[in-house]
Order: sequence, then C-alpha cells, then structure tokens
Amino acid sequence: MFWADITVIFPEIVLSVFAMITLIGWVYSKGDKQASILVWFAAVLLLGIAALIGFFGGETRIAFDGLFVDDAFSRFAKIMILASAAIILIISENYMSRHDLLRFEYPILVVLAVVGMMIMVSAGDLMTLYMGLELQSLSLYVVAALARDSVRSTEAGLKYFVLGALSSGLLLYGASLVYGYAGTTQFAGIIEAIDQSNSSLGFLFGLIFVISGLAFKVSAVPFHMWTPDVYEGSPTPITAFFATAPKVAAIGLLARVLHDAFGAVVSDWQQVIALLSVLSMFLGAIAAIGQTDIKRLMAYSSIAHMGYALMALAAGTEFGVQALLIYMVIYIIMSIGAFAFILAVERDGQPVTEIAALKLLSKRDPLKALAMLILLFSLAGIPPMLGFFCKFYVLKAAYEANLIWLAILGVIASVIGAYYYMRIVYFMYFGEDMDNELNTNGTPILTGVLLVSAVAMIVGVINLFGLEGAASVAATLLVN
Amino acid sequence: MVGLEHYLTVAATLFVIGIFGLFLNRKNVIILLMSIELMLLAVNINLVAFSVSLGDMVGQVFTLFVLTVAAAEAAIGLAILVCFFRNRGSIAVEDINVMKG
Repeated sequence: MFWADITVIFPEIVLSVFAMITLIGWVYSKGDKQASILVWFAAVLLLGIAALIGFFGGETRIAFDGLFVDDAFSRFAKIMILASAAIILIISENYMSRHDLLRFEYPILVVLAVVGMMIMVSAGDLMTLYMGLELQSLSLYVVAALARDSVRSTEAGLKYFVLGALSSGLLLYGASLVYGYAGTTQFAGIIEAIDQSNSSLGFLFGLIFVISGLAFKVSAVPFHMWTPDVYEGSPTPITAFFATAPKVAAIGLLARVLHDAFGAVVSDWQQVIALLSVLSMFLGAIAAIGQTDIKRLMAYSSIAHMGYALMALAAGTEFGVQALLIYMVIYIIMSIGAFAFILAVERDGQPVTEIAALKLLSKRDPLKALAMLILLFSLAGIPPMLGFFCKFYVLKAAYEANLIWLAILGVIASVIGAYYYMRIVYFMYFGEDMDNELNTNGTPILTGVLLVSAVAMIVGVINLFGLEGAASVAATLLVN
Repeated sequence: MVGLEHYLTVAATLFVIGIFGLFLNRKNVIILLMSIELMLLAVNINLVAFSVSLGDMVGQVFTLFVLTVAAAEAAIGLAILVCFFRNRGSIAVEDINVMKG
C-alpha cells in the first residue's frame, strides 16, 4: 500500500528532492555564478516530468486514504503548470542574468512553487489543499521580492505577502467551518455529508470563506487589489510567471473544490461565482483603459481573463469545466507570448514598460510587431484568432447552463476590453514617431517563443490541437 | 457549562479582531503580522473545538499543520520586511506607497 502511494506522488517527490539537493549544493559550492546552468537544468526537469505525466496517464489513482488524487483533471492541469513554468524559466534566463537578478534560488523557488501547485490541483482533502496552497504562496512571496535592492520589488513582495496571508486566513477559517459542519476534511466525505437539503448556515459561511480565499489567489474582483502592484513591481519574467502557472493552479483548485467537495450544493455557490465573474470582467476591462504601464495593463487583462474562466466555472456543468480547461490553455499560450514580447522590448539595454514607448514599433521591428498584433487580437477575442474560440466555448457553457444574462454581460465586457488591446496596436502601427530609439533585441529564444505563440493563435483554429478531447475526459472525471 | 458555541464565539471574535487589525492599522507592518497570526490562531481554536465536539482527531492534526505553516509564513514575512526596510528606511504602513493601487 505504502509503495503504491509513493508511486502516485513520484513526480512531486522528484521535484522536491531536486529542489532540496540543489539548494544545499549551490549554497555550499557554486553560488550565483553557475545559476544559469541550474535554470536550464530545472527547466529540462520540469519538461521531463510533464512528458512523464503526459505519457503514463492511465487510471484515476487515489493515494494516502484520499488525501491525494491523481486523475485526468489533475494531470491536464499539471502538464499546463509544468510546461508554462519551464518555458518561463527558459525565456527569463537571459533577461535575469543581464539585469543581475539571476540568483540560484530563483529556479529553486520556482520548482518549489510548482510542487505546491501540483499538490493543489491534486488535493483530495482540505489539509492537502492548504499545504499545497501555502507551499506555492510562500515561494511566490519570496520570488516577487527577488530583486532585493529594488524598492518596487520588495514592496511588491510585502504587499503580496500581507494580502496573501489574509486570503490564507480566510480560506482556513472557511475550511475549519466546513470541517465542523460536515464532520470531515475529505472532499469525498464532504460531498456525501452535505447536500441541498441539509446545508446549514455555518456550512454556507465556510463555503463562502473558502471561495473568497481562493478568489484572492485567482485575483478575482473584489479580491484583486494586490495584482496590479505585484505585477508592476516584480521583475518582468517573474510577472510572466505569476500570470501563468499560479493562475492555472488556483483556478484548477477552485474547480476541484467546487465540484469534488461542494458538487452537491451547486446552487449555493453558482451565484457567488457568477458575481465574481461579472465584477472581474468589467473591472478588468474598464480599469485597464487608463493604464500607461504595460505590466499593469497585463495585470488588469489577467483579471478580466480570470472573469471569463470563472464564468465557465459558474456554469457548474461538465461542459463548463471543459470550456474552463480550454480557456486556461489558450490564455497561458497568449500570456507567455505577450510577456516574451514585453521582455524583448528595451532601450539601451534597459527594460521599457511604458505603452507610449511602443510608438511606431512596426517600422523598426515589423516581425515582432506583427506577432504582438496577432496575440493582442487573440487576447481581445477577435475572430479568427484562437482567443475568440476559447471565449466562445465559455459563453456557450454559460448559455447552456441558463446563465444567459452572464453570457450577455461577458460579451459587453469583451467589447470594452478590446479597446485597450487595440490601443497598443494603434501605438505600434500608427502612433507618432518619437526621438528616443526603442530597440527590440530579444534573444533567439524570446523571438522564437513569441513567434510560436503567435503562429499557434492562427494554426490552432484548425482543431484546437486536439485539446477538446483531453479537456472533455478531464471534465468528465471531475464533475459527478 | 462551556459548550462548542462558546469556543466558536471566541474564535470568531479573535478572527474579526485580526481582520480589523489588518485594515484599520495605519502605523506599523509588524502589527499586520501580529493580526495575521491572530487570525490563524482563531482558526486553530475553531479546529480544536470542532475536533473535540466531533470526537475526530483530524481537526487537531490540521491544527498542527496550521501552526507549522504559520511559523514558516512569519519567517518569510519578516525576511521580506527586512529587505523592504533596507530599501525604504521605514516600515510604516503609509510608506508602502511607491506603486499606486
């Protein structure tokens, strides 16, 4: 029994042992000079584990008496998390070393955060949920403050820490109430113990606290206050990391808790999630309009995108979860591409994040400007880009679940949101020229990632890379 | 007779004090850390009270996890705070304002 359980969590064990051994090794011998080797090593290991999980799928396995669940849903999310973390590590290596930020703890902390995220999406118990969430959050707080000598970065870390700890407190308080009223912390036990007929007020309080705690982590309005500041203050590659893997993990965890543990009281949480979704979509779309910093803009953009992901979740159906997974995959590809572009833009070797500085970029670097144009159109959800289809899936899920008002509001928010994406395109192609030369001298890797993600936005339209089938299998297992 | 509801009331009160400490405090970041700790301890009282009333050990195991993680959380919070203080020269809450938001 014990060894069978160990094999289920084998990927997590490999990553944790890797993190601990390299931490000791680099502390005692190499120091920061050899950090780029460690970055590559970690990225290759993450990709290897992703391939391992992808190829050796198989049956649903439950380990440690239901504490840990390894099913198609968790594998789908884990592959997304591992792959995006690995790509972010690869594209950040050059930027970090040029700006003297490449410390050896960076890849180690990212690997530890990834372990936390993998535990989050596999959680089968409130305790596993909490431990995974904290492992991820504690690593991310430190990563946000990685630029130790920068006021902005340490302030970002501090803000993230205080608000993150508050959200953990809310989540835990909710978890304790759920435990008290359901009599168990296991998701399988909670769904058996509580259904529509006997959900008490205390249990409902617990449910709401758990949802608010997790809404902090996905940065849904009204729990989004930290997002713009943390995105702006952290070094850009770390912002790219925040925008991708942790979002998948948090939304995956939310989907798992809502369906696995609270699947019998769908009507209790459906309205709450729908409300969070509407607020996020509109605040994300409207607040982004006035932004002058592209990283802040991406923060509001991610808030709006999380609104759409929550809309898929609010449907509360199997198709909703399928739409959610498809949406997250496409969102991640778009985000990585957009951040590869932001990393590539600089002036005299210094990173530039003002949107106004992009004026007439198309004249200087037509290829990158075109790739960014495609990505921005896709982020805005304009057909025929892939970003349109993932929004379409989400709206269809909401429509089929009789949340027609939600779908209509989603379309309106998406039209408002298109404005600020188009504003960047306008600057790149039609803005007035400026005196200061902006150059895009990204490495071949950055350019490659940018182009691949842009091409994926167009080619993916043909069959969505076969995502639909995999997402459907994952969704079937989650919703019961 | 002290029943479950008394413990829950104490825990809820402590939790609310923690949240208010977090939002109303304008002076010092250390007080924020104390408020966070207060919230987590309120949760622990909740968990132990439920554990005893349900006759189920899981709640107390959960408490041990929460205590351990709270210690790690405080350590990381203080470390970030030290870095911030070195750059800014202050840990007043109103000085955490380089970025508007």
